[in-house]
Parts: sequence; structure tokens; C-alpha cells
Amino acid sequence: MANFEKAKSLGDWMNQRLGLDTVMRVMAYEYWIPKNINFLWAMGMILAMMFGVMLVSGIFLLMYYKPDAALAFDSVNYTIMTEVGYGWLWRHVHGVAASVVFLVIYIHMFTGIYYGSYKKGREMIWITGMLLFVTFSAEAFSGYMLPWGQMSYWAGMVITNLFSFGSLELNGVVEWIRGDYVPGDAFILRFFMLHVLLLPLAIMALIGLHFGALRIPHVNNQDGEEIDFDEAAKLYKEGKKKESKVIPFHPVFLSKDVFVMGVFLIFFFYLVFYHYGFALDPVNFDPADGLKTPAHIYPEWYFLWSYEILRPFSKDIGLIAFGFAQVAFFLLPFLDKSPNAVPASRRGLFNIWFWVMLVDMIVLSVMGKLPPEGAWNVIGLLSALTFIGLWIALPIITKLEKKV
Amino acid sequence: MNKELKILAVVVFFSILTYVGVEPFAHSQMHKHVDDPTYAYADLKDSGKKGDAVKGKELVTGAGACTGCHSLKAESLPAPMDALTSASAYGVNPPDLSNSGALYDEKFLADLIKNPAHALGVEHKFKDGAMHPMVGFYGAGGDIDQEIADMVAYLKSIAPTAENLTPKDAFESACGRCHSMRYDKWSKIGTDPSFKSDKEMYEYKAKVATYDEALKAYMGAMPPDLSIIIRARSHHFLSTFIENPQSQLEGTSMPRVGLTKDGEVKVMEYLTQIGDSSKDKRESLGPWVILFFVIFSVIAYFWKQSMWKDLH
Repeated sequence: MANFEKAKSLGDWMNQRLGLDTVMRVMAYEYWIPKNINFLWAMGMILAMMFGVMLVSGIFLLMYYKPDAALAFDSVNYTIMTEVGYGWLWRHVHGVAASVVFLVIYIHMFTGIYYGSYKKGREMIWITGMLLFVTFSAEAFSGYMLPWGQMSYWAGMVITNLFSFGSLELNGVVEWIRGDYVPGDAFILRFFMLHVLLLPLAIMALIGLHFGALRIPHVNNQDGEEIDFDEAAKLYKEGKKKESKVIPFHPVFLSKDVFVMGVFLIFFFYLVFYHYGFALDPVNFDPADGLKTPAHIYPEWYFLWSYEILRPFSKDIGLIAFGFAQVAFFLLPFLDKSPNAVPASRRGLFNIWFWVMLVDMIVLSVMGKLPPEGAWNVIGLLSALTFIGLWIALPIITKLEKKV
Repeated sequence: MNKELKILAVVVFFSILTYVGVEPFAHSQMHKHVDDPTYAYADLKDSGKKGDAVKGKELVTGAGACTGCHSLKAESLPAPMDALTSASAYGVNPPDLSNSGALYDEKFLADLIKNPAHALGVEHKFKDGAMHPMVGFYGAGGDIDQEIADMVAYLKSIAPTAENLTPKDAFESACGRCHSMRYDKWSKIGTDPSFKSDKEMYEYKAKVATYDEALKAYMGAMPPDLSIIIRARSHHFLSTFIENPQSQLEGTSMPRVGLTKDGEVKVMEYLTQIGDSSKDKRESLGPWVILFFVIFSVIAYFWKQSMWKDLH
């Protein structure tokens, strides 16, 4: 048994038993982050915070929500929105956060791509990040089912139909997923379970893994400079802060994160109070009706680009293209053959690739929302082909890239 | 700092580009354009006659006239038939006329009295000899336009003033016989009572269901509950749809309601009260929460500055 002395304070008492000083040193005071960063490096902490916001608001909603096809709609739109004190606030916060979190995820992803933060030992950071993207997508989709409005019902119908895998017509699989021939009670309850238990557990585990994956390769910096972290840390601890290339996670890195969070939250709460329509689609305020198909069925904005990769093609080819789009981003660290882990602006052709990809995904998103008619169809098809072409071109153009 | 602002500008630019594309732009392409409502009812002619309310009263309440089917609570005249019997006879319960002078446009009322299917914009439903359940006024022997002007003048004379007409009354008179409002316990035949026994409850529900069945058969489809329609449709859609349902949904069996601008404002106010009851709280709390995070950000900025001042 270890030797315990009479504690001088409560903190000392805890420290002898839990080693808090060591934990704080390893996790915060001597967890080194490069100094040469910009505000885009705060997106990770914003995402962690937003997950917290959704967890807390979700817990409050969970106390009144009823996962039942006959009761769900009114439990959200009447009980929570009208009868529960501040229920409307929790619902708006939860709904808007779910949408805005994807904006931050995309900014975070494109930051990683631009600065090459998936290369040279950082592959696992990228892969765990992509796993988080997939689980967040599943979490968003399952949550979207719960208010049981028209868009919940019909989006549930369309997306579960994908699992018949086109001409394979595996309708048994679709029924197995739905628990019924059409979305109903069984459907809503299993998506409720996924939304409030299984997926949040998976997300929490993956967040831990994602942070853990940062530990050994360290956080990248905005010039792709390779830093000797041990030496830089030594300089910092000696008080040579100007010469050192690193800063401790707490309080220096966090002080900047907290400022960025503050500015972000001004924007976020502006949306919550004054501009929530984009996240709480009006169509979903019509109760689910299996006999009345809405004029336009479209996913939330953050799924539009992959929806548009599915849509312009014939059934089977569309599904293959869709599957390809889901896998392509995972493979980024291995498709990028260049030895350079530097910002895209210094990587020649890859720089063009990056901006074309960004614009192409925005075009896909817009076309994914528009009705599939006339010119929109053509633009949608061309941008879907561009997307696929860009991924095929990536290994080639990065192979040709000269070492900088 | 300068570099950070440039990066921020890039992030903001692409975020706004995406937003504009998937929201305002996509919606402008998905929904057809309908001009803002004017509530002028320009397609209806004004006869120019000045009505006499006293003569109008005789015409409205006389034998075989309006009160043969409609109630007139303002004059303590009950409906000849209850809502269920009326619905089984006409498909829908004829409205009480007490508020009509306050809610509906004069030209609309005059045209409605003369030719209901025309004023209501549902002539497409009553072709091939089918009759609108409301029989048009065929005149009492004199100048029919003068007589109609008298009737309208009478309806206006008994109608409550704008201050005395509540948003809920406006809704019940203009919309409530076809649309339920379950978040306010309104069931087309009245406000749901509280029940002393299961038997009472089932009897009442059977009445509502019987009424609904007749209404559904008459309209072709069940008119939707309007509890949160204010969140489900844009303000523009609702106001243009109320002014002229055919403008947004060609062939719909929903009649033109004929509301005046004031009447429409009242109805919208009620839809907002019930369907978006947190609106006032949202608008009063919003600025404080935003102010909190502005102050939070200012303090955070000074903390960051103090932490980073020795680093460069």
C-alpha cells in the first residue's frame, strides 16, 4: 500500500489519492500545442463544446419526448414547445446546434485537408475524425426521425429504401431495418434508441480516440513545419516563451479557444432566436402522413452533396457512386501520394484540387436541394462526375508533386 | 491578426454562398411566385349602391332568407338546425353571421349573397348541374343590387368593432367550421368540453367524427388541423393562400375566404398565438442571451491577450 500523509488541504487530500497534479500536467499544463496557428485550430474545441450543448439540451428534451408514432409529434410541438417552461428554447438550441455542428465539421475537415493534417503520422487523426463524421451523420438522421413530421417520415422512407441495394431488391433488409413494412412505431422506437443511447456512446468513445490520436503526432501548424516538441517544450519551461515554438494547452491555447467560442456563440444564439428556419424545416411541422408524399423531399443541407451524387444517375450506378462518396474521404491519407505535409497554397496542382473540390461540393449541395429538372439535372450530373473525377485524379496529381 | 481576418473572410464567404444556394435560392426555384396579397378583390365589381341597414334587417331575418339556415347570435337568433344536422344536409355547418360584417370585404359579401360559388372561387367544383349548398339570393322584388347593399349594410351594422373582435372569434368565424385547432381544443363544432365520464367523452367524439365524415365527403379531403400551420408554411404562403387559395393550389376545394386586410391580420394573430406561442418569449430573451455572449467574448479577448502577450 502506498504511503499516505496527513493532508494539508482538501486539494492535497485528493491529490494523494487521485494524482490530480499529474493528470493536469499531462493533459493540460504540459500538453504542447504549436504556437503558429490561427482560429481554425479552435474548431475542434467548438465541436466538443457543441456536443456538450446537444447532450445537455437533449437530456432536457428527453424528459418530455414520447417515442410513439401517435404521440411523438404532439409531445414535441405541443408539450415541449408550449407547456414546458423554456422547452421551446431547448428545442431550438438542439435543432439549430445539430445543423450548425455540421458547418463546423465541414470547416474542420477542410482545414485538415488544406493544411495536410492527415499526413505523416496523422492518418489516425483523420480516420477517427471521419468515423466521427459518420456517427454524427447517423445521429443527425436518427434525431431527424423523432419529431415525426412529414419530412421525418419521408426521409426515413427514402433513406431506409437505399438498403434494398437497387436491383438486388433486398426488401427483406429494408423491412428488417424498419421493423415493419413502412416506418411506424417499431421504426421510431429503434431510431430513438440509436439517437439517445447507442450513437452518443459511440460518439463519446470516438471523441476520446480522436483526441488520443493527436497525442503522439501532435497538432499540426499553419506552415506544416516539423517541430521538435521536446526541445520547444524545454525552452518554454525555461521561460524562453518567445523562442519556443509551442504553448501549453491550458491556459494559453484554451484562452484563444474560449474567445473564438464566445464569438461563435454570438452567431449561434442569433440563429437560435432569429434565424432557425434553415435548421427546423417548415415541412416537418406537418404531421407524418404515409398517404401524402410532400412535393419536394430533400435531406438537411449537410447531406445534400452526397444525395446529389446518388440522384443524377440510374438506380444502381447512383448507389455505387453514393457508396464511393462515403468511402472516398476515409481514404484521403492514402490517396494523397505527395510527401509534402504543407498548406495547399504551396502544393501546386493540389491547391487547385482543393478549391475545385470545395466549390464542387457547394454546387452539389445546391443541386441536391433543387428539383431534379432540366438544367439543374445536367449541372448536378456534371458536378457529381467532377467529384468522382477529382478523387481519381488525386493520386496522380499528388504523385507528380515535387518535394518542397 | 490580419491573416486571421483574411481566413475568416474566406470561411464566411463560402458559408454564405452555401446558405444562399440551399436556402433562399433553392426555395425561390421550388415554389412558384405569387404576388403579395392586396385584399382588394379586384375581380369583383362594386355596385356603388348605398345600403340601408333597416331594410337590410328585414331581408336578412325575413322568412326564407339568410336566417333560414344561418344563426345570428348578435340578434339572439339560433340556427334552425344543429351543426351535425346541417353538416349532413349541406356538408358543412353554415356560419353564424354576427361577425361577417367585420371580417369580410363588402364587395365579397355582396357577390357571395348573389352567387356563392363565384365569390368563393369554387365554381370548378359545382359544374354539371351540381349546386352550391348555399342558394344565391334571387331578389325580393325590387332592385337586387340595392337589396344586397341593404343586407351588407345591416351585417356591418350589427358586427363588432375591430377592438371587440378577438383573434379567436375571427378564426372560429372564418376558418373554424372546416379546420380544427387541436392545440386550442377546437373541434369544428365547438370548443371541446371537459368530460365527467367516458360515456360523455365517447358521445362527444362520435359527434365530432360524424361531422368530420360529412365535411370530408363535401370537401373531397379532410381540411388540415391548423394548430401549427404558422410554423409549417411561410407568412407569404398563408396570406396569399387565404386571399385566393387557387393562386397557390390550383383546383383546391378550399373556398376563397374574403377576409379584409384587418380580418386577415386577426386570423394570423390567432394562428401565431397557438402555433408559435413562444414567439414573445423568444423575442424578449434573445437580446439578453446575445448580450451575454458579447460581454463574454470581450472578457475572453482580454484574457487571451494577457496570455499571449509574452509569446511573440
